[in-house]
Amino acid sequence: MVDFNRFTLANGLKVLVHEDATTPMAVLNILYDVGARDEDPEKTGFAHLFEHLMFGGSVNIPSYDEPLQRVGGENNAFTSNDITNYYITLPAENIETAFWLESDRMLSLAFSEKSLDTQRNVVSEEFKQRYLNQPYGDVWLKLRPLAYKKHSYRWATIGKELSHIENATMDDVKAFFKKHYTPQNAILVVGGNVKTEEVKKLAEKWFEPIPAGEKYIRDLIQEDPQTEARQETVKANVPLNAIYMAFKMPGRLNEDYYAFDLLSDILSRGQSSRLYNSLLKEQQLFSDINAYISSSLDPGLFIVEGKLVEGVAIETAEKAIWAELEKLKTELVSETELTKVKNKVESVLVFSEMGLLDKAMNLAYYELLGDAALLNQETGAFLKVSAEDIKRISNETFNPNSSSTLYYLTEKNA
Amino acid sequence: MLNRQQPPDFKQVSTINFIQPEKKVLDNGVPVFTIYSGEQDLVRIEFIFENVNWKLEKPLQAIAVNSLINNGTIKLTAKEIAEQIDFYGAFFQTEYVQDQSLVTLYTLNKHLHSVLPIVKDVLSASQFPQHELDIYIQNQKQKLQVNLKKNDVLSRKEFAHALFGNTAYGVNIKAEHYDALKREDLIEYFKAAYAPNNCTIVVSGKFNDAGFNLLNDAFGKDWEKSNAVKNSFNFSTKDKKNIYIEKPEALQSAIRIGQLAINRKHEDFSGLQILNTVLGGYFGSRLMNNIREDKGYTYGIGSGISSLQQAGYLFIATEVGADVCPAALQEIYKEIDILKNERIGEEELNLVRNYMLGSMLGSLENVFSHADKFKNIYFSGLDYSYYTHYIETVKSITAEELLTLANKYFTTENFTEVVIGRK
Repeated sequence: MVDFNRFTLANGLKVLVHEDATTPMAVLNILYDVGARDEDPEKTGFAHLFEHLMFGGSVNIPSYDEPLQRVGGENNAFTSNDITNYYITLPAENIETAFWLESDRMLSLAFSEKSLDTQRNVVSEEFKQRYLNQPYGDVWLKLRPLAYKKHSYRWATIGKELSHIENATMDDVKAFFKKHYTPQNAILVVGGNVKTEEVKKLAEKWFEPIPAGEKYIRDLIQEDPQTEARQETVKANVPLNAIYMAFKMPGRLNEDYYAFDLLSDILSRGQSSRLYNSLLKEQQLFSDINAYISSSLDPGLFIVEGKLVEGVAIETAEKAIWAELEKLKTELVSETELTKVKNKVESVLVFSEMGLLDKAMNLAYYELLGDAALLNQETGAFLKVSAEDIKRISNETFNPNSSSTLYYLTEKNA
Repeated sequence: MLNRQQPPDFKQVSTINFIQPEKKVLDNGVPVFTIYSGEQDLVRIEFIFENVNWKLEKPLQAIAVNSLINNGTIKLTAKEIAEQIDFYGAFFQTEYVQDQSLVTLYTLNKHLHSVLPIVKDVLSASQFPQHELDIYIQNQKQKLQVNLKKNDVLSRKEFAHALFGNTAYGVNIKAEHYDALKREDLIEYFKAAYAPNNCTIVVSGKFNDAGFNLLNDAFGKDWEKSNAVKNSFNFSTKDKKNIYIEKPEALQSAIRIGQLAINRKHEDFSGLQILNTVLGGYFGSRLMNNIREDKGYTYGIGSGISSLQQAGYLFIATEVGADVCPAALQEIYKEIDILKNERIGEEELNLVRNYMLGSMLGSLENVFSHADKFKNIYFSGLDYSYYTHYIETVKSITAEELLTLANKYFTTENFTEVVIGRK
């Protein structure tokens, strides 16, 4: 159970407070309701590049990191296709420093040319390090445009290509800030050894004077229902053949979300899972096999991916995956197997309450979903899933006509 | 009117409280250290075994035993073990590190009595079936092939081998080592290492007398002792090597440079940690400021000092654009030279002091982190005065003393330099 108090400032900024007196630390987490899905198709990778620029100094404070480190704090951030999330952890008695820094960059950035220059380079190196210079690193750059034709999920957070980042201008940066980085588009969570009253005073002092700005109204082009099987083959300098299968599934707010999460657990959570035992251990077709969901806010993807044992034909491996998926469509999952994945989820949720930062991030995310209280109803939502639900969603999902399959082959076989 | 240019007042962290363990002993003599916290109804139990009987001709013995330990006992198959553990929502993890092999159980307390007997079965009666070993060999060889395509992984392997040679710390694992794995060797190692006289148990969470009794019932008896010899190595300090593996298609080069240094047992260790923080140990470090934030050569660069039981080493590691690799190397050496020739300014040093104290406080996030802090000192033969000394050193070390340490330990003429990619 993660308790919290909640209030909204006059400029529309939502604030949540989680009091936890067992730690001497505090966390300030701020979620901006903007991600790669909000980008212009010709300027992709921008939300993430912008995240880097948020550390390049703000209107009244030339350096963001230094004053924070000086009071014993640390920070970081991440960008996804849906959100951009910034967080600070620091000794609770110095919490006001976090308010000072975080509010100033919501007020306005320094917009320094030097910072833009540097971060363009840094992000280009990140692009190389994580996507281009790793075996299989560019899979998502291939798989997204195969699975999505219209929706902005068709590009990854890093962007479609290096040139989009290299061409970013200061005008782009300013426009993006004005459009998305407003109090109305943000959720602030303060957690740890703090009191709600004190947080309220600090929020009013530092954040409330920031102009509300204009509310960003999201109007994304939605994907048409997929009606044909999609297939692509790439060859690259990798040692092993791999297969990636993506199936369309509903978005995070759909009531079946929890069933999909358990379905991926049945297939691939741990050494008792189906794919591991059947495809890796018994049939020995894969040396590595996984299933997971993308958990995106708009309709997402159910992924099955694996690396093939050398000498196994990719068609054989693909057929074996389909056989496992077909089983889910025709046979009910046993009560024991369903209870097993539910028990595991229950454990994971209890263990996740041991981390202050995790709790703060989760509160912010669930508030974005509509209500932070949903976080505490998760276990119940998982427990409600039935074997019939699993069978039903398997039938709705695992069809060739809603699948996108990528063969990622080694050049050795070319 | 709010003055946004004026930073709020702040305080340096004054006290840091460590939860110290209570020690008990099982009936067969296995020491159990409990770090207690009653907030969540769960527990982590770590079974820690020293690595023993090192044989260069069988370098994967200990690693394979650790990975395969839950792949079948006399009573249970691999799948049955996994199903039972998962059914109770528990987590069974294995980890092999340079000095130790760990088996860790995470469970909600309500299932402790159900899962402990499974873990006992695994730790005392594992069988290492041949077909499980065959699958392991096949899949590990494939993973190795993928890893060898990663320049940073390759740089780590080459660096460790350059520093530590053919010991458990440095041996360069190749595919043929996997092919040479024999079931008898695994059984032999299992019997030698996973024995009560080579085991320390560290428990963290809500663990009371009832829990201890369950643990004692399972592990305090019917568990065979062994005669094993703990690994022991000696390393020379002046073996400088230059390793360059060219990858003509690389977009980035992985750089890893450094040398043998001291470990946690040495009185200079805390001071060296401060020096490391200044150089490359945090986001605002000199290497990050220069090579990422000023030059934009890399997504990240860092330095570290690592404490093993029988050695210590310091290193600087990064992946940089292939075209700027020589420039990046030059800048790294330049920063080390500055560290050796100029006193660290008061403002920077105070920032680092505060940062490190905040970081230490923040690293004690929950009861598991307190247990980790205990393991750090216990397995180095130290007690909690180590942390008192660390905190005192962070608060009071002078720029002069740091300059001396820099010249003593950053002897770049002895640095091993590994570059994978292009330069």
